[in-house]
Amino acid sequence: MKHAPSFSMAALLATTIAASPLWAGSHATHPATGEALADDQTFTYRQLDEFSSVDPQVVEDVSGAEVVRDLFEGLMNQDADGNLVPGVATGFEANDANDVYTFTLRQGAKWSNGDPITAHDFVYGWQRAVDPALASPYSWYMELMSIRNAKEIIAGDKPITDLAIEAIDDHTLRVHLTGSLPYFATMTTHGTTFPVHRATIEAHGAEWTKPGNIVSNGAYVLSEHIPNERSVRVRNEMYWNNDATIIDKTVALVINDENTALTRYMAGELDRTEVPAGQFPRLKQEHPDEAISFPRLCNYYYTFNLSDNGPEEFKDVNVRQALALAVDRRIITENILAGGQPQAFTFTPAATAGFEVPDVAIASMTQAERDAKARELLAAAGYGPGNPLKFSMIYNTAENHKKIAVAMSQMWKQKLGVEVELGNLEWKIFLETRENQDFELARGAWCGDYNEASTFLDLITTPSGYNDGKYSNARVDELILAARTSTDTQPLYTEVEQILAEEMPVIPIYHNAGVYMIDEDVGGWPVDNVEQNWYSRDLYKLAK
Amino acid sequence: MLGYIIRRLLVAIPTLLILIVICFLLMHSAPGGPFTSERPLPPQVLANIEAKYGLDQPFWKQMWDYVWGIVTRFDFGPSFAYKDRNVNDIIAQGFPVTLTYGLWSFVVASTIGISLGIAAAIRHNTWLDFFAVGLSFTAQALPNFVLAPILVIIFTLWLGLLPGGGWYGGQWQYLIMPVIALSTSYMASIARITRSSMLEVLNTNYIRTARAKGLPTRTVIWRHALKPTLMPVISYLGPVFVYVITGSVFVDLYFSTGGLGQSYVNSALSRDYAVLLGVTILYGALTIVFNLITDLAYAWLDPKIRY
Repeated sequence: MKHAPSFSMAALLATTIAASPLWAGSHATHPATGEALADDQTFTYRQLDEFSSVDPQVVEDVSGAEVVRDLFEGLMNQDADGNLVPGVATGFEANDANDVYTFTLRQGAKWSNGDPITAHDFVYGWQRAVDPALASPYSWYMELMSIRNAKEIIAGDKPITDLAIEAIDDHTLRVHLTGSLPYFATMTTHGTTFPVHRATIEAHGAEWTKPGNIVSNGAYVLSEHIPNERSVRVRNEMYWNNDATIIDKTVALVINDENTALTRYMAGELDRTEVPAGQFPRLKQEHPDEAISFPRLCNYYYTFNLSDNGPEEFKDVNVRQALALAVDRRIITENILAGGQPQAFTFTPAATAGFEVPDVAIASMTQAERDAKARELLAAAGYGPGNPLKFSMIYNTAENHKKIAVAMSQMWKQKLGVEVELGNLEWKIFLETRENQDFELARGAWCGDYNEASTFLDLITTPSGYNDGKYSNARVDELILAARTSTDTQPLYTEVEQILAEEMPVIPIYHNAGVYMIDEDVGGWPVDNVEQNWYSRDLYKLAK
Repeated sequence: MLGYIIRRLLVAIPTLLILIVICFLLMHSAPGGPFTSERPLPPQVLANIEAKYGLDQPFWKQMWDYVWGIVTRFDFGPSFAYKDRNVNDIIAQGFPVTLTYGLWSFVVASTIGISLGIAAAIRHNTWLDFFAVGLSFTAQALPNFVLAPILVIIFTLWLGLLPGGGWYGGQWQYLIMPVIALSTSYMASIARITRSSMLEVLNTNYIRTARAKGLPTRTVIWRHALKPTLMPVISYLGPVFVYVITGSVFVDLYFSTGGLGQSYVNSALSRDYAVLLGVTILYGALTIVFNLITDLAYAWLDPKIRY
């Protein structure tokens, strides 16, 4: 099965136009849109936290992943809509069983020091990712990709050279999987799979990622890094598509507090920042061209503790249903968050590629009907004014989480007479409490690692390490397992979501949205990429 | 005097060792570990990471290795959260930032505070005194987390004169607001302490005698009143100095200076044991040194005190 998708033509066209002499170096107009471009092509954005690393195999945070995507390039990239487009690979082939993938690498792709990029660089990078000595926090991702022997290597049972990735020649890379994985190629856009420059790592050791030492293959190189203050990446003249790159310099300013960041945005110091909860309506009114909201591949929910440690009350599905029904999600999304977040009645966000939100009863009811049904179910479970349901719910310290938890507890109290004790826990304490099933009802949230429904639904399977509520349903496990090799997953995911809506092991609250202030002179921000895998090379600054 | 200094410095060694042990115990008894995350790591991955950082070793060995690393190599260990850097890097990068704006804050707070306090005391019950007292009360009522946003709104948003944050090597325009935010409340305290101390000294018999001898006011103030006035001020300035040069968490966070206070807080929240311990040792050592300097300053100011 050969994959030379239609994106190749579009990408080729854009590249060709962009590389034309009229465009090169002039920064006069955008090659595709014809918009006038600014002379100063510097993009400055707010970075929530100092990044953990810019080593592709070590980075584990969102801020770091954004930098790594600019500095390095993997086999495949995502376009502005989140579609798969060529990266270092020009295309790939999969066998009929979808368990062997062969990538063809681009001729002429170079590292920032001028060395050619070869398939061996990918082999080295992927072997590093599973090497127990490096102890990559994302080594599990290689296991998730089903690469043969990854699991055994991580466990220390096999040498890293046994990883089933081979350089057939300098420009051909082959990967063998443990089983069929139709969406394997989409997973190669993740930073953990990016190549690294062996000679640089061997020469500088732990210092290899420092500006001046680092050699990368993306559209940018790291020129400056002042921890907790800023980092700067500048154009990589060796990048294969450098002529099509418009932004010359990207500056990330570390600003922990989003209100401070908004002030600095208003002062013109930033081109992009997040909007604090509740402020979007005002900002949209005052700056309609700058305040934007778009769907993200993330959910927000509360999970019942269904383990042996959990309260007996939650073993009753009527109780879980009643609590889920009585949450007025509209109040949370419109009055508390007010950032365009959609209400959630399914675990998987509607924005997920290839996923159609199934009909579930709770979604089609009015809130008045839900409340009436909730009262009925709670009474059937044996709770009422004389015997009120009592439980505790925990969340980690953050203003939004607190507001939502208070609102939910008040809804339950007013509608159902339920008495809730709120627990506001410091982040690490919260995580440990939740992981140890030392809770009754706990806040949860998840952002997809890749754009496919299984990135969410895997969480509620019995063996999942992220299934904090310890929900277990053999049919759900069976359906998710079948989906891994199926070419038509929608009926399987529909059934899973319907089971979840009936058994309600979690209460979906809302699906997240990206709520940003973006300067109107910034073009190309990928609002349709729900994973928000953005690349500075796709952005541009318009002339004022 | 020299013997006293040597004794104090020798006592600092077991003090720091006790500090390390207490910190180690407290850190490891806090729930959650450095690698606890929203996405719990698979057991084998976690085991590999813990082995890499020696966290799979017995508690006593971890502590011994840590202390041995400091004593033999002056190595405070790796950061668990910022994997491209070690603790030495983090302190080397963050401390100069903190030291710079801390020193400026100290100079501003003590210079203005002492001057204001003296002026208010000399012109007791005049408009200058009322102004100084009013100013110091107002400044004291403005904690830095209130003052900093006000400064940014005025100087960044409205007037567009100063950047809202950043450091850029400590250029003056990035220094002004952090220094004002950090120094204002100290300045107010110093002014109030100085004023009340000076008023007390000015009412003593020897000052009255000096005035009766016909000495000019300037001589009375500078030669006879200033030193005893500064005694309580110095006892306040010692801890303040340590506090300001080790940074303000809020100032670091609000103005994104990249100072050490930010790393300190982040390390506590992320259970980045080595960073937390390294910065605590630094703060502990500075506290010991500046307590000693304060005590020596006492001896200089008060001839009755001898070590």
